[in-house]
Amino acid sequence: MKRHLFAILCIACFATLALAAASSARWQQIPARDHARVNPLAGNGEAASAGALIYRDHCQQCHQAAGQGDGHKHPSLRTDRIRSASDGDIEWFLRQGDIGHGMPSWSSLPAAQRWQVVAYLKSIQ
Amino acid sequence: MTLYAMFLCGLALAAQEKPYFVTYSHDLEEPGNLEIETKTALAKPDGGNHYGALATELEYGVRAWWTSELYLDGQATSQDSTLFTGFRIENRIRPLMREHAVNPVLYVEYENTSGADKTVLEVVGHDGQGDLAGPNAEARKEHQHEAEFKLILSSNIHDWNVSENFITEKDLGHAPWEFGYAVGATRPLRSAGGSRPCAFCADKFIAGVESYGGLGDTFSLTLGQTSHYIAPLIGWQLPGNARLSFSPGFGLTDSSLNRVYRVGLAFEIEQVGRWFRSQRGGVQ
Repeated sequence: MKRHLFAILCIACFATLALAAASSARWQQIPARDHARVNPLAGNGEAASAGALIYRDHCQQCHQAAGQGDGHKHPSLRTDRIRSASDGDIEWFLRQGDIGHGMPSWSSLPAAQRWQVVAYLKSIQ
Repeated sequence: MTLYAMFLCGLALAAQEKPYFVTYSHDLEEPGNLEIETKTALAKPDGGNHYGALATELEYGVRAWWTSELYLDGQATSQDSTLFTGFRIENRIRPLMREHAVNPVLYVEYENTSGADKTVLEVVGHDGQGDLAGPNAEARKEHQHEAEFKLILSSNIHDWNVSENFITEKDLGHAPWEFGYAVGATRPLRSAGGSRPCAFCADKFIAGVESYGGLGDTFSLTLGQTSHYIAPLIGWQLPGNARLSFSPGFGLTDSSLNRVYRVGLAFEIEQVGRWFRSQRGGVQ
């Protein structure tokens, strides 16, 4: 019985580490050119307000109203990872999504709207 | 009560999709979401009566890379009858997990319809307006069990979407393979979103054009007696986060309908699976 429990714990730990590694690896795939991009709407006071409306329409259903996630499949957007990410990192992630892990690509949104969402996400950190 | 709550929930959500009626882009349904859309086609074939055909589409995002759909079709023909014409089940799968300059999606469909189906959601082979002109009593006797495959190629270039679909269809009971195409391009009227909720702002509208038609079949791989259409498109993200789209299509050959008017109305219900799970939890 103890052996089975130990095996289950090992598998759970491995799965958690694998998921964390996959998530981390996703951020490491961001090309340097995208990482270096600066939000062209930075300093535009209305960008974050507009981004909040877009967030409400498209992101809130998974990441919740305040970006706190659901503590389950849909992660929080108020993390050290997001706080330390560059504008370009976040825009790249929105554009590419993480399709294998359930996050759709938002390349269908116009670029200006993706940058507005970036402004909003930065404003709630 | 459950359905009513789901409907209200749907009204509070957004549906962000292109206003294509025939062409597919690489946009898939968001995972866990259910979109309910009606697509109506109004036309009059030469030698036939005015008709209205309705396709009701239930589209579910199984995964971020896999969308599954069920269509229920029917039609009403002036001075004739109103009838259910069949169903279709389709799946769209995105094989590549990243955005590329051209994004492929594989489409597989099983279609069980009668010859009276007039939704014209794809045009293949030598499909023509003659197929739509017969009386319903005769047309409904013909049963079509067909498999359809599409290769969807789609690109988001700046704020434009450009999509190309290559279509092949085969009746499961007999030859031939039929071929068709659909291409389209759309763009929002304004790129940036407004900072206040707004119903009539330009960013709520997407305009574009699509063109589709038949490319013959394995018996006769020619463009002779094939139908081709060009159709401007306009889509409006309605307040309450529904979507309305409209498209007047114009036939380009003698085999084509002169005009076909299409109207689409869509509602998206978010995270249907989660909603049912929470209901189950509440009962316990």
